[in-house]
Amino acid sequence: MEILVCVKRVPDSAENEISVAPNGADIKRDDLVYSVNEWDNYAVEEAIQIVERDGGKVTVISVGDSDAEEIVRREMAMGAEQGLLATDATFEGSDGLGIATILAAAAKKGSYDLILTGALADDGAAQVGGMIAALLDLPYASVVNKIETKDGKSLRIGREIEGGAQEINDIELPCVLSIQTGINEPRYVGIRGIRKVASVEIPVLDAAALGVTAGKVGADSANVKRVDYFVPVAGAGAEMLSGSNDELADKLVALLKAKGGIK
Amino acid sequence: MIHEPFSPATATLAGFPLWILFVLIPLVGIGCFAWIMARRAAPLFKGAPDPRFDRIPERIVMVLKLWLAQWRQPRYFLAGVLHIVVFFGFLVLGARSTEMVVLGFVDGFRLPGFGGALGEAYDVAKDVASTLVLIAVVILAIRRAFFKPARYAVPERYGKDHTPEALFVLGMIGLLMLSESAFEGSLLAAQREAGHSVTAFTLAWAFQQMFAGVATSTLAAVNLVAYVVHDLTFFFFLCFLPFGKHFHVITSLFNVYFMRLQLGNVKPVVHGITDAQLDDLKSFGVKKFEDFTWKHMLDFYSCVDCGRCSDHCPANAVKRPLSPRFISIKARDYAFEHYPVFGKSPTGDAPNLIGGIYTEDEIWSCTTCGACEEECPVGIEYIDKMVDLRRGMVDEGMVPQSLQKPMSALEKRGNPWGKLEKKRAEWTAGVGEGIEVKSVEKGDTADTLYFVDSISSYDDRSQKIAQATARVLAKGGIDFAVIGKDEKDSGHDVRRFGEEMLFQTLKEQNTEAIKASEAKTIVVNDPHALNALRNDYKDVPPVQHVSEVVALLIEGGKLKLNPLADATRTYTFHDPCYLGRHNGTYDPPRTAIDAIPGMKRVEMTGNCRDRSFCCGGGGLMLFYEPDEEQRMGVVRVNQAKDAGADVIVTACPFCMTNIEDAIKVAGLEGKMEVIDLVELVDRQMQQ
Ligand code: SF4
Ligand code: SF4
Repeated sequence: MEILVCVKRVPDSAENEISVAPNGADIKRDDLVYSVNEWDNYAVEEAIQIVERDGGKVTVISVGDSDAEEIVRREMAMGAEQGLLATDATFEGSDGLGIATILAAAAKKGSYDLILTGALADDGAAQVGGMIAALLDLPYASVVNKIETKDGKSLRIGREIEGGAQEINDIELPCVLSIQTGINEPRYVGIRGIRKVASVEIPVLDAAALGVTAGKVGADSANVKRVDYFVPVAGAGAEMLSGSNDELADKLVALLKAKGGIK
Repeated sequence: MIHEPFSPATATLAGFPLWILFVLIPLVGIGCFAWIMARRAAPLFKGAPDPRFDRIPERIVMVLKLWLAQWRQPRYFLAGVLHIVVFFGFLVLGARSTEMVVLGFVDGFRLPGFGGALGEAYDVAKDVASTLVLIAVVILAIRRAFFKPARYAVPERYGKDHTPEALFVLGMIGLLMLSESAFEGSLLAAQREAGHSVTAFTLAWAFQQMFAGVATSTLAAVNLVAYVVHDLTFFFFLCFLPFGKHFHVITSLFNVYFMRLQLGNVKPVVHGITDAQLDDLKSFGVKKFEDFTWKHMLDFYSCVDCGRCSDHCPANAVKRPLSPRFISIKARDYAFEHYPVFGKSPTGDAPNLIGGIYTEDEIWSCTTCGACEEECPVGIEYIDKMVDLRRGMVDEGMVPQSLQKPMSALEKRGNPWGKLEKKRAEWTAGVGEGIEVKSVEKGDTADTLYFVDSISSYDDRSQKIAQATARVLAKGGIDFAVIGKDEKDSGHDVRRFGEEMLFQTLKEQNTEAIKASEAKTIVVNDPHALNALRNDYKDVPPVQHVSEVVALLIEGGKLKLNPLADATRTYTFHDPCYLGRHNGTYDPPRTAIDAIPGMKRVEMTGNCRDRSFCCGGGGLMLFYEPDEEQRMGVVRVNQAKDAGADVIVTACPFCMTNIEDAIKVAGLEGKMEVIDLVELVDRQMQQ
């Protein structure tokens, strides 16, 4: 199976102190470290496992500037055979639809049976996967937490429903799936793995190569524009519990039950 | 030559001279033995290199101590003493066994030099030895069969009980002793009138008494039967040894000779490959059996199955899926199966060890505390094997999710929490009035570098230990500086968790920062940092743990301590694994504690010093989510309680974290307290 996985380079919230930049439209980026979006990493692992089982090839693609190459390489060190980097000055400032347009164009250049994205990134928009599917006119399932390959014509997939219920669907190939964390246990990639693929060439796809025009992508054609970015002022409502450990546990359980957190 | 009244060498059976048989038995026996040994040696030649042909005097000392003097045996008193009896019995009886074999075809044979007084003295020794060995063997068999010490039990997942094998071997040893004595006793009975004496109350003497007055022809028959039994048992025993745990009778001498001599270190990925060449290696670590070094294979052969390692293994104690003894036994069985004495080795690709004989969790469960190695009577090592297996897993991407985050943070930020580099020295703000901690980051220099390491730099609780360290050093008049943002995690546990390349990166960055500081000595408060800088790094100044520095300051009168405010409390010292076992520092912390007037300190007898019980492990072990029934820290806290202590003093920030948690889990809050040694000194020192 030919699988395309779309990955994004993000500042990992666990390894950064995220604060809002003075202009209010972004976060402070001067002291950040980046990694691959966690959901995307699960998607790549899933693709590799499918290929290890049934044969085929995994291609990873990222839209971004040249820095994004680092994460494409990391995913290749994991086991993706091919890496692609979609970079062009006109791509900068694209909104979700713009990014999906670029990725859909890249997908059209190959013949992929399956396109995977992470369900979302830390920014929580969770929009690109569905848009790619729509642009390519392919079936789509979101927040997938289980994939079984069948006859090569369709997949049996699981989706987690709010509240912990599980749903099972069959979906025709080719299709687009957005992948939930926990679907697998992504393998570890160390410095050694990355060095092994350090000299593998990663083709760069620009706007011309992809055939996307400036009217569809980039800041000017973005129809969603961020106008403000701030951390809400902490409101009242924090409740401090007191008592012995056992009492604390009892009170917490009672509270969680009362608010519907646990049943 | 004395002419014997009868002798196997002159005996005949239906006219057939039996000496021919007695020549054939040793020939066949030795031939079989040589073949078996050659087959057993086969995998060793396929193993990875392991240069242990150096440091000959030290190795000889180890042989004299561990092998000849059976140094570690009495740590388990009854079993140890009985083993010593059997061991020395075997040594003494070696000469007699040779004589016995030759007696089958040389009438009245004695070893050269044994004709006179020496021979007579030897006869006394060997008669006493075989008697004592028989007694020891009987006690051992009773103990094994009826009292069943818990450490010999084989949990179901590891296969069948080993008791039948043990009893069989004990039976064979008993038979050797009895047949030799019956042989001797029957001869003595026939020679009674000739005035041959024998040491009273020995086995040979008992047989002589028993056979008194029996006709010579009967005695001759008994003598011959005893001889045949002895001869056959002896060579069967010899050839049987390499098939089980009694292989150690042959291998332990070599295993001890080649045992690890250095404390604290970890073997390189491949011996003979420099750090700079690591990138060229195709594969890392141990994935298949043949990736083990030949010495590690010899370890597997030498394991006595005594269970002492597992008896002291904290992972085993809290029911993690690890028992070091079975790391050896499973690998030994693998070797026996894949390199069989008879028949061909299984063909095809060698299977992976992980998923084959070991599980991932089994190998991650080890805290590298070193208790097993300290205990093993034949010098078997585990830490290097664990690290090698982990290197293999890391290379294949098999790392639990719980460890991937901290590893990635270490790679990006130089600490497992992913905290900002620029905040590394923020703790210095809390040291207190009047003490300005110098920092290389700000351009300061000092003779002593205080290498803080990640936990004491970033963790709220551990920062207090760093602050106490700074105050104590300042009070002691030591001019010191910290590195600041360019200090990275020492990488101690990164290495021990198998991420060698990440360790190399951290080591290079730190080495550079340390060199740039121009310091002449380094002091640390974290034993893991101590061990990394002392035993893993090269080209850095000498390193001391703060407990060593404090002990010297106290002894030199530079630190004076106030009497305890609350003299009702009883203190005990928990030896951190990487301070004690791995670096041999047991006394300085005790010196420091005992220097406090009014101090009442007890030892956790049986679980202190080199038998200290791991608190749960430091570094990345803090992040690992093991499958266990209990926390190691809880076991430790209960040991302190049982010793009558209500304050645990430790000297490691990880011990502090683990023990503090364990006190809560054990429900001993308010009753038990833990304090770091430097915090104690800081609290008690006179201003
Ligand atoms: S080093 Fe410690 S935890 Fe590891 S096997 Fe040995 S005793 Fe067990
Ligand atoms: S490794 Fe050593 S201590 Fe452990 S069972 Fe084997 S011989 Fe005994």
